[in-house]
Amino acid sequence: MPVPAGRRSIVRKMERRPFLVSAATVAAAPLVFGTGAPDAADLIDTNVSLGDWPVRKSWVKSPADLVARLRRHGVTAAWTASFEGVLHSDLAGANARLAETCRSDGTGLLVPFGTVNPTLPDWADDVRRCHEVHRMPGLRLYPSYHGYTLDDARLARLLEAASRRGLLVQIALTLEDERSQNPALTAPALTAAPLPGLLATVPTARVQLLNATSRLLAPTNPLLTRLADLGVGVELATLEGVAGLEGLLAKVPALRIAFGSHTPYFYFEAALLKLQESALTPAQLLAVRSGHARQLLATRS
Amino acid sequence: MNRRDFFHASALAATLPFAARAAAPDASAWDPELRGLGIWDVHAHVGTPGATPAKRMEALIRIADRVGVERICICMSPPWHYEPTPEQFRQSNNDVLAILKEWSSRAFGLVYLNPVHTQASRDELERCVADGPMIGIKLWVGTRCNRAELDPIVQRAAELKALILQHTWIKQRGKGNLPQESTPMELAELSARHPGVPLVCGHTGGGDWALGIRAIRERADIRADLGGGDPVYGEVEMAVRELGAQRVLYGSDVNGRSFASQIGRVLGADISVADKKLILRENLRALLLPALQRKGYKA
Repeated sequence: MPVPAGRRSIVRKMERRPFLVSAATVAAAPLVFGTGAPDAADLIDTNVSLGDWPVRKSWVKSPADLVARLRRHGVTAAWTASFEGVLHSDLAGANARLAETCRSDGTGLLVPFGTVNPTLPDWADDVRRCHEVHRMPGLRLYPSYHGYTLDDARLARLLEAASRRGLLVQIALTLEDERSQNPALTAPALTAAPLPGLLATVPTARVQLLNATSRLLAPTNPLLTRLADLGVGVELATLEGVAGLEGLLAKVPALRIAFGSHTPYFYFEAALLKLQESALTPAQLLAVRSGHARQLLATRS
Repeated sequence: MNRRDFFHASALAATLPFAARAAAPDASAWDPELRGLGIWDVHAHVGTPGATPAKRMEALIRIADRVGVERICICMSPPWHYEPTPEQFRQSNNDVLAILKEWSSRAFGLVYLNPVHTQASRDELERCVADGPMIGIKLWVGTRCNRAELDPIVQRAAELKALILQHTWIKQRGKGNLPQESTPMELAELSARHPGVPLVCGHTGGGDWALGIRAIRERADIRADLGGGDPVYGEVEMAVRELGAQRVLYGSDVNGRSFASQIGRVLGADISVADKKLILRENLRALLLPALQRKGYKA
């Protein structure tokens, strides 16, 4: 994985640090990427969930239902977490069920991303199991529901642990619009402002932000440019504005923005049409459909 | 610009084929029966870049064509003011009038008013709708929509067969609303005072659409505008189930929102293709028809 310009000096200092190249992650690569060489037909959805969100009905009646719809729309891999990970405390159990469902019903499409909560006792063993037992390529975090922010030292330790194992870390900045949350289930949108400082302490971490706020995704936001320089990924589920993708890439061309639908909470088609609404170059379209996702998962050697 | 010029320009444009008829998209999101449908959008703002209002509209139309949007109801040219003075809403409307001079084949204008300034709003309604090319009214967050100041405006709009689009939102169960920001519950109160007058519930309460749909359910004259919120699964299905598909309208709220996220929620909904056609085009067309006929526009 090419090192983003903004982090080269930091990484240079870390050259002697032993990177653990994960055999498990390498073995999972065909599953994550689909089969064969990358091409324009690949579509990697980096933001999918299994299970029911407590206050919404889901259109997914079974994992097979989810897989069928994603395949119908051309999705070739779906990075899938479990909504159980948001509110359950037995995350080891939730992650095991997620892995089993993806294995048994995912038909090679659903790629499990386990959840880790660094405020729970022995969270490091959840990281270990996600990697060694379930052979997951990444983790998904829900800080605003788990009670910490991005400047929390526990998160830095989690990123270090994930980085040592070559795991991508997805951080959900929101799940629902703050304005319309059920009063019994509120969680503020998370600010990404501490992330550059955090990555300075863990320069080998690979991070993708999910469901970023419209403020963060504003093309003129200097923080977004800074995150792009640091190689932080985002996805387009919550990207809005007319021809928003086109406008964003015009202003921040280095941004690793991947396809993401936040389905089944969102209608999948809402994300898909964003590719049609924006006029992208073939290279941009390839990058959004699958290239940026591949870069985020590429294992350092 | 006089009244005759307006009607000449608008009527001429309305007889022409669409300058850039929406291309038939081939993405998998589209049911074959919906390709080339020609979507009508009840709720849009022209905030795309451009040196003039008409150039901004040109940029918006270019993007609308990519996703099959044929006609767009536009209102509230930026900059926006929560509680606009008469001068401010007149300036906003002047921009929309400038757009309509060149784009009346694709755009319908809604006059922006603030009923707190009752006489000035009534005068503006006469200028832009009775004597001008606009076909409806947009009310935002200038005042709560259950207030008595709206009554003469609603009555005159009914005489003119003008569409009334009222912004509504429910933030933190109403606790987070702006001081004068309306809710669907308040729109239902207004509707009760004006039976038989069609009203459009902008955003249908926004993210808390489940409350908004319930609030307007008993008022058959109120249509639900789906636009402006996150494309959360279930809204379209609930609206169709509780209101009937005939009362549901597609709206985008561009350019704050994308066409894509708002059309996508309709395309992805678990409802019939026939209902999707109603929502994406036919309901708005039927709703606007009296105003369009009054103006002599073809639609």
